[in-house]
Amino acid sequence: MNTLININNLFLSIIPAEITGLPKMAMIALIYLGIFAVLGLYLVLLERKVAAWFQLRLGPNRVGYHGLLQTMADALKLVSKELTGTVKADKFLYNLAPYFVIITSLMALGIFPFTQKLQAYDLNIGLFFLIAISSIGVIGILLGGWSSNNKFSLIGAMRSGVQTISYELSVGLSLLTMVLLTQSLQLSEIVEVQKNGWLIVQGHIPAIIAFMVFMIAGTAETNRAPFDMVEAESELGAGFHTEYSGMKFAYFFLAEFINMFIIAAIATTVFFGGWLSPFGVTESIPWLGVFWFLAKTFILVFLMMWFRWTFPRLRVDQLLTLEWKYLLPINLVNIVIMAVIVWLNLSIQF
Amino acid sequence: MSYLSDIYNGIKTLLTGMSVTGKYFLNSRKGAITQQYPDNRDTLKMFERFRGEVVMPHDENNEHSCTGCQKCELACPNGSIEIIWDRVIDENTGKKKKIIDQHIYHFGMCTQCGLCVDACPSDAIKWAQNFENSVYDRTQLTRVLNQPGSKVRAGVEE
Ligand code: SF4
Ligand code: SF4
Repeated sequence: MNTLININNLFLSIIPAEITGLPKMAMIALIYLGIFAVLGLYLVLLERKVAAWFQLRLGPNRVGYHGLLQTMADALKLVSKELTGTVKADKFLYNLAPYFVIITSLMALGIFPFTQKLQAYDLNIGLFFLIAISSIGVIGILLGGWSSNNKFSLIGAMRSGVQTISYELSVGLSLLTMVLLTQSLQLSEIVEVQKNGWLIVQGHIPAIIAFMVFMIAGTAETNRAPFDMVEAESELGAGFHTEYSGMKFAYFFLAEFINMFIIAAIATTVFFGGWLSPFGVTESIPWLGVFWFLAKTFILVFLMMWFRWTFPRLRVDQLLTLEWKYLLPINLVNIVIMAVIVWLNLSIQF
Repeated sequence: MSYLSDIYNGIKTLLTGMSVTGKYFLNSRKGAITQQYPDNRDTLKMFERFRGEVVMPHDENNEHSCTGCQKCELACPNGSIEIIWDRVIDENTGKKKKIIDQHIYHFGMCTQCGLCVDACPSDAIKWAQNFENSVYDRTQLTRVLNQPGSKVRAGVEE
């Protein structure tokens, strides 16, 4: 194991040894920022390609080989665009909002264990932090919608508030169901527990229900179709980011895709064993953990794209009915079932 | 009880939807249903029902079947067709008869609704399938459909 490349060391070796403390953290943050900005761009490309395949089209195929550089070109275009804004906008909040959204989504990335050693910060309340961070993001959306001084933005932002506050509950409760099994909120710990079988297997029926609830609520949290009332194009123009242009729009856009990645990454970590390989096939090669983590995450990302290109958008009242009358009661019952299973030791362990 | 069956039906219908789109996704390898224009500009043939522009087909004797009845002009909701007609003496019967001088078609105003083609009693006009119709000057969009020197085919009566 020592002879194998230790990804973490490789990662840290880029940073000179004499840099420690805050500068080191800043450098790690910069590396993360770079990696995930590119990842976000490629998620956009993936989304467009997948959408095209679902609709029997080709998708972007002009810039670069099979359109691989398309989103790079789009990003360059967005960077070079003029930043316009409304005259009566609340300038300070208007400029603050996109950073709120993008920073919160980037912050959440820091605590994922991509493999055993590759984790920027191992918080002992990891899951709680993720849930908390995802609700701060919505403040950015509310600020953006409010300060734009545009009725579409405001309606979009208010819908986002309604939606996120409601679905937050389901995300939290479905993760809590799994915490009953793991007995820890620390993400590295959660993965460790799954060495005896992924939690979706360990927790069998309640875990599967929790996973389904989590995916539904997670899709709603990221404001993606079929829960994209926030930016419902046909009703609200572009919703809360109607008045944003250029790079500020790109921040919102990128944040949406990184959030999708985060939701999928949480699901991977909590339900599908994080960086653990299936049946431990590559246990002797630890750095392959990154591959397994990303593979699982991208399968879940694909699932969310599949949702998006299949289901029609819900109405606001249907959205709230779904959450308060269906997901929440199911979730509460599910937690009790899970508690009983943990109490009676009925979970499946290998 | 209807609560549980609602959940069951909800999940079932969602899965049905996903299986439909899933099948599309798997079949997307076989090629797109969209046309790769302008890559296939040379070979692209529009399908039969495509409404490009209204044309009047002429046969090898430079004859068409428009009798000048003006039904297309009346049918057009936005006045895209103007018929300039005349009366001549029919050589065979010696009776007076209406002929077209010019069948003027303002392509720039036409909405491609197809009412004129439907209205024509003698099928003198039909749809062409061309689609690259942009020009630099809109006067070029005003077209005279009957060719110069053409006349109505014998036997086509109003
Ligand atoms: S297609 Fe419609 S709009 Fe065009 S000329 Fe015929 S009747 Fe008029
Ligand atoms: S094109 Fe048809 S409808 Fe129009 S004047 Fe000629 S015969 Fe009549």
